[in-house]
Amino acid sequence: MPDPVIQACSYILVHVPGFVRYGSKPSREIADSPGAALSVLENHLRIYDDAVAYPPNQVFIGNLRPDSLNGIEQPWYRHPLSDASRYGVYGEIMPQEEFLGLMKLADDFDLIWLEREAAPLLRGALHSHPFWKDSDLGKIDGGVDMEHIHERIENKGSLPLYFRGRIAGCIHRHHDQDDTLKAQVLMENLMAKASGALALKHLLKKADLPAKNVELLLNCSEEAAGDRYNRGGGGMAKAIGELCGCVSATGCDIKAFCVGPLYALLYAFSLVKARVFQRVAVVGGGSMAKLGMKFKGHVAKGMPILEDVLGGIAFLVTGDDGESPLVRLDGIGKHDIGSGSSQQNIMESLVLKPLDRMGKKITAVDRYAVELQNPEVTVSAGSGNVPLTNYRMIGALAVLRNEIQRGDIDRFVLKHGMPGFSPTQGHIPAAVPFLGHAVDAIKRGEMNNAMFIARGSLFLGRMTQLSDGLSFFIEKNPGKQKSTRSERKG
Amino acid sequence: MKIMFKGKRVIVFGDRDGVPGPAIAACMRAAGAEVVMVATECFV
Repeated sequence: MPDPVIQACSYILVHVPGFVRYGSKPSREIADSPGAALSVLENHLRIYDDAVAYPPNQVFIGNLRPDSLNGIEQPWYRHPLSDASRYGVYGEIMPQEEFLGLMKLADDFDLIWLEREAAPLLRGALHSHPFWKDSDLGKIDGGVDMEHIHERIENKGSLPLYFRGRIAGCIHRHHDQDDTLKAQVLMENLMAKASGALALKHLLKKADLPAKNVELLLNCSEEAAGDRYNRGGGGMAKAIGELCGCVSATGCDIKAFCVGPLYALLYAFSLVKARVFQRVAVVGGGSMAKLGMKFKGHVAKGMPILEDVLGGIAFLVTGDDGESPLVRLDGIGKHDIGSGSSQQNIMESLVLKPLDRMGKKITAVDRYAVELQNPEVTVSAGSGNVPLTNYRMIGALAVLRNEIQRGDIDRFVLKHGMPGFSPTQGHIPAAVPFLGHAVDAIKRGEMNNAMFIARGSLFLGRMTQLSDGLSFFIEKNPGKQKSTRSERKG
Repeated sequence: MKIMFKGKRVIVFGDRDGVPGPAIAACMRAAGAEVVMVATECFV
């Protein structure tokens, strides 16, 4: 049976300052104090060029390696990169005007009305993008008079869409009595669909794979598309695949809070190994709810609001190609229901058990990727440095196993860990932002292996007090060495 | 150990990326406290 490999990865960001007000925390604050909160929020938003030049964002799309952040003085938002680029090795940072057009392109139910003057501008912006210039951009034409947009906003529960400080359109609710189809939910779902599609397009380009060759799509976004009878029913995987021309693919949505991407990858690995599918794409779009989640902390510290981007991820899992890093299916770590909730129990389940099964020491793993939230976003809001906490815990396990001395923990963290660089988009920081970097570093021979560890907060759904976690391990593919040896023999 | 929090009622707030609520609650019960509420939150 073919061992699964990670053949390609893509990462995108979308700069959406006009949507920060619709994040869960900002929208609640604005409802409580409409004038003051909105004014404060708008005064702390970044322009697009600042989001592009922000060092962690450049790491996310692959133009910088994670370790390079150790050499950039903090705060990083005060040290923009002079040579930053919109496009990166793994994707891009899309501006809002193109994304508004992409949302309209992704809209199959006329949920979005664009204002008559804004529509051609947004159409023109999207037309300049290589992925969408050949799409049916006629959907974006035919704007609506502003008075009709205002009437919908004032009387029908539609929400305004903002661009450069003015209303550029609106999004409607699609049922008078169904809160799962109200404008805010549909906006959230449409943003996940459009950003997921952008990530998938980059993945197909990176893998040089025709869209029709994808067989299965697994969506791991954090939205909950559905209706009043089937809240969170799904359908996002196929919606994204349809937008990207994956006409031969089927698909479904995988839900597991922040650890969703790892479950989706695990299913992809297993289905490829079992020969049920040969090419599986895992895709995750961005989370509108988490925009501006820590904005009060940022504002209090006089910082720009750093949670102004949606994230998107996509991965292509195939059978062994003799080149891409192999996934060790005997190295899957899982947090059992009966494992207990202490940090030590969780880390033992996710790190030690799979390493023991593979006969490896903690220090034999070149790099650990844990939850990779950008600490500049979280520390300023009192939420701590999540990656550092997790790396210290793994280092502490290495001390308990007598692999390193207690005084070596900081060196262990520096050598086997990395600074967080991911936007706080829930499922997006879940270890996998390092997967593209790891795959390429292993292919270049700079490292041999890496372990990916993510955690999920099941208790947030109020159905259990449990948390969750999953881990997997990839290593250098010996395929080329084998073929070289056999060639020499021949 | 059992008398450290004897007669005390405690409310426990845990952190998903720190110490989870149930783990703190177990320690508090072991120290004699009556745990009246346990919550774990995710701050990211």
